[in-house]
Amino acid sequence: MSDLAATARVVRALGARSIRQTFRRPQLISPIIVFPTLLLAIQTGGAGAGVELPGFPPVQSFLQFMLAGSMMQSMMLAGNSGGIAFAVDIEMGFTDRLFAAPIPRFAIVLGRLAGTAALGLFAAIWFLAIGLIFGAEIKGGVPGALLATALITASALAVGGIGAAIALRSGSASVVQGLFPLVLVVLFLSSAFFPENLMIEPARTIAEYNPLSFIVEGVREPIISGIDAGHTLEAVAAITGIVVLGLVLSAGALRHRLRTG
Amino acid sequence: MAAIEVAGLERAFGEVLAVQGIDLEVPEGEIYGFLGPNGAGKTTTVRMLTTLLLPTGGRAAVAGHDVVAEARQVRASIGVALQEAALDPLMTGRELIRLQATLQGLPTAAGRKRADELLERVGLTYAADRRVGGYSGGMKRRLDLAAALVHEPRVLFLDEPTTGLDPVSRKTIWEEVQALNDDGTTVFLTTQYLEEADQLADNVGIIDSGRIVAEGTPEALKGEVGRPHVELLVGEDAVEEAERAAAELGKVLPRKDGRRVLLEVENGAADIPRVVRALDEAGVTVESLELVRPTLDDVFVAKTGYHLEEEDKGSGEEMTPA
Repeated sequence: MSDLAATARVVRALGARSIRQTFRRPQLISPIIVFPTLLLAIQTGGAGAGVELPGFPPVQSFLQFMLAGSMMQSMMLAGNSGGIAFAVDIEMGFTDRLFAAPIPRFAIVLGRLAGTAALGLFAAIWFLAIGLIFGAEIKGGVPGALLATALITASALAVGGIGAAIALRSGSASVVQGLFPLVLVVLFLSSAFFPENLMIEPARTIAEYNPLSFIVEGVREPIISGIDAGHTLEAVAAITGIVVLGLVLSAGALRHRLRTG
Repeated sequence: MAAIEVAGLERAFGEVLAVQGIDLEVPEGEIYGFLGPNGAGKTTTVRMLTTLLLPTGGRAAVAGHDVVAEARQVRASIGVALQEAALDPLMTGRELIRLQATLQGLPTAAGRKRADELLERVGLTYAADRRVGGYSGGMKRRLDLAAALVHEPRVLFLDEPTTGLDPVSRKTIWEEVQALNDDGTTVFLTTQYLEEADQLADNVGIIDSGRIVAEGTPEALKGEVGRPHVELLVGEDAVEEAERAAAELGKVLPRKDGRRVLLEVENGAADIPRVVRALDEAGVTVESLELVRPTLDDVFVAKTGYHLEEEDKGSGEEMTPA
């Protein structure tokens, strides 16, 4: 077996463990699925008339508009949960077991990210299914649904990289857990739950430059109106930027951890 | 070729020098006991030898490979069971061993077969599909040991493998370690338990404050600190007569308390009949007699000025002034 194939096998095994770990620990799966689903139900039930506001983008329903935001929220919390789980591994010494194995050490981070990406995929499918069950139309059809799913999966990997970097650097689950409110703040300061053009300042300007807004619009567009190359490219660029940032931070944090033990 | 060669190994954490230039050599097929109190530098040394921590000075080679320059080859040659068995409580025992097999590069079918063999070997087949979180301390240690053996390592590092275990679980681990060594595996074992080092180790290194203060076979180390002595409990009015009679046979040591006469003997148990006869002829009634041999604790005290005193086996041991 080549080195690359062997590493891919390790990444797959660690990713599978990461997914099992999430589903076996309610405090990890709950923020990814239960919390965003409840918020989606509350918002669509309570603020559905928002679609009547002047300037609100043309949508079939508020649920259709909200699906991208819920997927983003779930994806962001999957990244945060992945970071918490990684920090728990560090705290209990499980990562020492991995570091003592004859594998490239970055495979350990990639394994964790593979698991987080898979949870992103699961979240995207979950919310698309909920949308379809409750009557939301996916304007972009199957290709649109696939595009939204792919963008959310890639975003989970990107955000997971930042979670992993913080876990590696701090080695503390409580530090990573402490980022939970920050995740929500960053998310609410994007166009995830409300159209950017209807926000007031300074939230509007922040949302305009928030990379998450680019990703949200890239995911939302295929749902509410169909695939749009411009939005898709902006989303891909934002995801790429976060991926690079996450990988660079993770690599630095990994080196620091290995140097200091 | 030595399984482990260490020269001038150092590790500093900021201003603190946790390991201060240690040298040691462990031949292949040996059990090396690394003995010392908490904070002596045992775990830091093991972490450097297992490539989990970079040394800040000196060099070390394990299985013929440098721990810094050839870290991956080192990791392929060693098995590691660290202090506080690093097990995921949400995994089952079988999942853990299979994951370990994947990490060590075993093909899937071979990994599954090996997992079954190892679970059988450590007596955990019945609990293989239960989550590790429900295992007892002894079961966790046995699982950790099984995971370390998945790729049949040449050198096995066990960092305090029996700390906190009950005596039965401790004995089970000892038997397993001995069996592995009988099969040719070199074992580097850190421990706070004197009895463990005495029972298992071919050679012992005593580390204190980051330095190796004594090294040798348990017997040689004990021989360095004194000969066996006979401890005699006699009536209070017979103490002086007993000491006079004993003085004819060997060196009388300072009394332990008012009634205990201590007599150093050259040949251990072989000298006891002679002692009993001499006291009998002197008309001294002996209430009890015990042959006391030097222990590794005596060695430890002689080398460090401290006792490794077991206060609570469940939570490790404390260092107390001698």
